[in-house]
Amino acid sequence: MQREGSPWQGLDVVFLKELNDHLRSPRMFVLELLVVLIPIAALYGALRALAENASDLATVSQIQQPMLYLRALTVAREPLLSFVAFLGFLVPLMGIGLSFDSVNGEHSRRTLSRILAQPIYRDALLFGKFLAGLATLAVCLTALWLIVTGLAMWQLGYPPSAEEIARSLVFLIITIFYAGVWLALAMLFSIVFRSAATAALAALGTWLFLALLWPALVPAVALAIAPPDPQYTALGLGTPATLQWQEALARLSPNTLYQEAFRPLLNPSMQVPSLLDISQLLELRSAVRGALLPLGQSLILIWPQAVSLVAGTIVLFAAGYVLFQRQEVRA
Amino acid sequence: MTDVISAHGLTKAYGTTTVVDGIHFDVARGEIFGLLGPNGAGKTTTILMMLGLTDVTSGEIRVLGHDPVREPLAVKRRVGYLPDLVGFYDHLSARENLAYTGRLMGLARAECESRIEQALARVHLLDVAEKRTSTFSRGMRQRLGLAEILMKRAEIAILDEPTSGLDPQSTAEFLELIGELKREGVTVLLSSHLLDQVQRMCDRVALFQAGRIVLLGTVAELARQMLGGGFVVEVEGTVPAGTELEQRLRAIAGVTGVEQVSADRYRLAADRDVRPEAARAVVAANGALRRLSVAEPSLEAIYTRFFQQQKAGGQGVRDAA
Repeated sequence: MQREGSPWQGLDVVFLKELNDHLRSPRMFVLELLVVLIPIAALYGALRALAENASDLATVSQIQQPMLYLRALTVAREPLLSFVAFLGFLVPLMGIGLSFDSVNGEHSRRTLSRILAQPIYRDALLFGKFLAGLATLAVCLTALWLIVTGLAMWQLGYPPSAEEIARSLVFLIITIFYAGVWLALAMLFSIVFRSAATAALAALGTWLFLALLWPALVPAVALAIAPPDPQYTALGLGTPATLQWQEALARLSPNTLYQEAFRPLLNPSMQVPSLLDISQLLELRSAVRGALLPLGQSLILIWPQAVSLVAGTIVLFAAGYVLFQRQEVRA
Repeated sequence: MTDVISAHGLTKAYGTTTVVDGIHFDVARGEIFGLLGPNGAGKTTTILMMLGLTDVTSGEIRVLGHDPVREPLAVKRRVGYLPDLVGFYDHLSARENLAYTGRLMGLARAECESRIEQALARVHLLDVAEKRTSTFSRGMRQRLGLAEILMKRAEIAILDEPTSGLDPQSTAEFLELIGELKREGVTVLLSSHLLDQVQRMCDRVALFQAGRIVLLGTVAELARQMLGGGFVVEVEGTVPAGTELEQRLRAIAGVTGVEQVSADRYRLAADRDVRPEAARAVVAANGALRRLSVAEPSLEAIYTRFFQQQKAGGQGVRDAA
């Protein structure tokens, strides 16, 4: 049965209103605070750590260590986390924080039926909300990125190379989609659960499970699915089947995907081949030559993970979309 | 065609539970049509089907010539809806809330602003237009919801329980606004379980029960149907022992039923005002007439009688079984 009219009618109105709501909300103030404090704390630690290796910062920059900017993002100094590790925590919280009450909030405020009685489809409402959340995250993360780059430039005293800029920009885009996964997940929960508190708890629970418990469970699950082969164990090697399962299962978590995506990007000399496939061959080559991986090849390495993050965002949004279309307007 | 809404065999079922069960009704342009019935009788579901906000299981509904299932936008452009316990975005002002829905309606900015101004003035909310709606009372929210319908220049206004939970003063104000809508030629659908106001406002009513429309018509028609006549005359007086007053009252032309309420009180159901004849009958029997009153047919009486009959009918069936 064909519906009359465009499903996107009113999309821009919903988008602008929701964006305005996000930007004016107290939540945004909390996010802004984090956006300013986290890079300062993380970079302070990283630059101290770098300076400890070199005699002082000035000499560090004189030697022009390769990809010093990127190292500033990934190096940590105890007890502080590195900038990317901070992001790994902050980004899911931002995504969940922005959308855990997006649909059930309309129910509890009793605005949903009034809004849907206007000449728009539900598609526009949900998509507008999602895009507004994503835009808010993009604004926050871009601000974060600019602050980090600026601070690093100021402290290191020389401008980053074009490749460093390109790599950190790709990193920014991947981070936005990583945030999109959590945004879409929390929005899905906000459709499933009528109570905003339940939705927030479910989303945070999923995040804790995938970020902390799942990596610990994965080896055990992989062993159960593909028991180790004595031939390999005798040689002190891991069984390829088990390792493959382990890798595949770990990648169910967006955290793993995100880490696998940004590591080669921010650390072009990374050399941790476990199983030999095309990506490890590329890494191996760079390891053998002792050279850095060119940006193009880093992108080839992270392409599957990046696409998976985008696909995860789309799948979660689509699931929410289907549920929302079928949901009754009133309880 | 003057029917703006017509439903034929409209049915809504969730799994095996049928919430609305094959209802038929037509609403003519410019009338106030009341949807009555206890909570859970299917009134709100019927309203949501008219707006295309919930799917129709079977049957057909047309609103202004459109099918709300296939052409919801065409319907929603011309129909205004005030939901039961309407809500607004608390952090926005009254004006901002209306501006948002105005943009969703596709109004141009200047047009939108002037319409908001007019609508707020009509519902007497202009002086609090810049206040956040979180500070609004229930009555103010209802009026703001009505302002939204005014701003839309809707041809049909669907009001779901608009006055439940309002104090008498706000209720009166709100009913006055509904009356204005009717005078402007807007068709109004009013869902309510407050019978008194429905009777005062509505041209025709439909009584819902368990998903069906069990009674449909003007209040006078329903009264004839249910109470055996529109008028109830009460006679209070004593007659000398041995005089059969009840027989005499029953003999009056137009009286359809006589009920002895107490030793000296009789209640007559009639299709016209039979007070003069009743008085004459008491006097002719040498009685002393103490009180004589007439009650217009009340929706409440119809409603009560209907459910009493239902209960009695159900009892009868059980007894027979």
